Amino acid sequence: MLAPTDYEAILLSLKVGVVATILALPAGFATAALLAYGKFRGKTMIEIVVNLPLTLPPVVVGYLLLLLLGEHGALAPLLHFLGLRLIFTWKAAVIASVVVGFPLLVRAIRISLEAIDPALVRVSRTLGATRRDALFSIVVPLSMRGILAGSSLMFARSLGEFGATVLVAGNMPGRTQTLPLAIYEYASAPGGERAAGVLCAVSVAISVVVLFFHEWLGRKAAQRDRGR
Amino acid sequence: MRLEFSARKILGDFALDVSIAAPGDRVGLFGPSGSGKSTIVNILSGLVAPDSGRIVLDGESLFDREKGIDLPPELRRIAVVFQHPHLFPHLDVRENLLFGWKRCPPALRRIGLDPVIEALELETILPRAVHHLSGGEQQRVSLGRALLSSPRLMLLDEPLSALDDSLKYRVIPFLRKTFDDFAVPFLFISHSLMEMRLMTDRVAVLDRGRVVEETGAEALAVGRMGAGGAAYVNLLRLSVPRMRNGLSVYRWGGTELAISGGGKAGETVFELSARDIILFRKHPEAISARNLLDCRVIRLHEFDGRIGIELACGGERFIAEVMQETATELDIRPGTVLYAAIKASAFREIL
Repeated sequence: MLAPTDYEAILLSLKVGVVATILALPAGFATAALLAYGKFRGKTMIEIVVNLPLTLPPVVVGYLLLLLLGEHGALAPLLHFLGLRLIFTWKAAVIASVVVGFPLLVRAIRISLEAIDPALVRVSRTLGATRRDALFSIVVPLSMRGILAGSSLMFARSLGEFGATVLVAGNMPGRTQTLPLAIYEYASAPGGERAAGVLCAVSVAISVVVLFFHEWLGRKAAQRDRGR
Repeated sequence: MRLEFSARKILGDFALDVSIAAPGDRVGLFGPSGSGKSTIVNILSGLVAPDSGRIVLDGESLFDREKGIDLPPELRRIAVVFQHPHLFPHLDVRENLLFGWKRCPPALRRIGLDPVIEALELETILPRAVHHLSGGEQQRVSLGRALLSSPRLMLLDEPLSALDDSLKYRVIPFLRKTFDDFAVPFLFISHSLMEMRLMTDRVAVLDRGRVVEETGAEALAVGRMGAGGAAYVNLLRLSVPRMRNGLSVYRWGGTELAISGGGKAGETVFELSARDIILFRKHPEAISARNLLDCRVIRLHEFDGRIGIELACGGERFIAEVMQETATELDIRPGTVLYAAIKASAFREIL
């Protein structure tokens, strides 16, 4: 029913989603913390930059990434020096996902950070916790709901990513073709309706699983916060 | 405990400039809200750095701007109990209690879990989530958690102001006993004169960011007589009563007091309003009040139209309050002998 390249597209989509989410998490948490607790000039500017990919068409994001990471892009000398080739590889798809999903991740974590009573951190310090200790024993556990919510949103967004990915990673079956790109290809070629339909069904199934997982984790974290 | 504290800190249009040398284990910091009490708590515990100053606790410098010393909060071993318990919501009672204990270097641990559980009666609630605790239970867990970090000094920042009076008076003996038992010195911060008198020996009085007075807790109460229009309240610590005709009779200096109520073994603290004492120049042959004390005037304290008369009676002292006019009519002056009549029901048991 499915061609080998279709399986590869499904696996690649999952891989890109997982890698993008894991890579974005530390920076997403740090950015959320900066925006939640930081008091500095230029904070609004950072907020705008972080949220920009949310409002820009993904194609614009892709094009800007192309200008940055392409053969003659702004970062080309650095990438050459590091021996890295990102453009038209699955890694570029990861970068595209990170950029478009980042605002969702930051937003969810930031909301949960802002809900933490800052006095709890102060109390933990007077009880002997270092800054780092307070971060991992108080802040991270209490923002876990936001971290999980943000991660699953980001993962879901990555699964659906099309516009930026097609520009920076291309649409090479077996190499950079993700699920949405495969569906696009089937849908735009005559006779591909059936295969497109099957992949759409797979896409729906993955999304339902992710959303179930998201709900389940959220409920578990809420139970824990409300008390066992 | 020996604490030397001097700090200056500008916060917006508020300026704190305070110098306190607090010897003793039960020190009070008294002042209205906005006088800088909480700023001092934050500076002492290391959560806020002063602009300049020096903090030395038992010979160790915690902060010294000139020498560039600024110990972070986790190394100061000064625990704080706030008005609100601030329990960690993701941890159960036991995990909350052990938070500071786990982070205290083993060699410095002086207080163990079991004695604290017993003293604060926490046994039954140990596995509970903190959301399921009553306000009083939460405050006890918060106190236990602070004690278990084996602090060198405990800061009690208005810990009683969220409680109503009856609960407050149940908590105070509990607090006193706990701090005595575990030998933890404390700085008690409050805007309540009564709490100061019940909890502390020495008091620093704060006003608009400055220490305006350092005095004894009782002397502070006498000095503030009439403030806010309320009557001065005498506190009598009495023990070992015997029963007579339905009244508890306590020895008080060289005399006896008959009190309705009371009667429990051990020390009881009674309050007696200075306005509930009736004074006679001559012995009234027959009166309904159960207590008639033979006293001598030591000192007069004048304040807006009223006079607080400090009286000595059988080695004890107390204060009665009368209108200025009455004092003139009775010709009351230091040395005058008076008879003080007090009804048995005028005493109110508070602790």
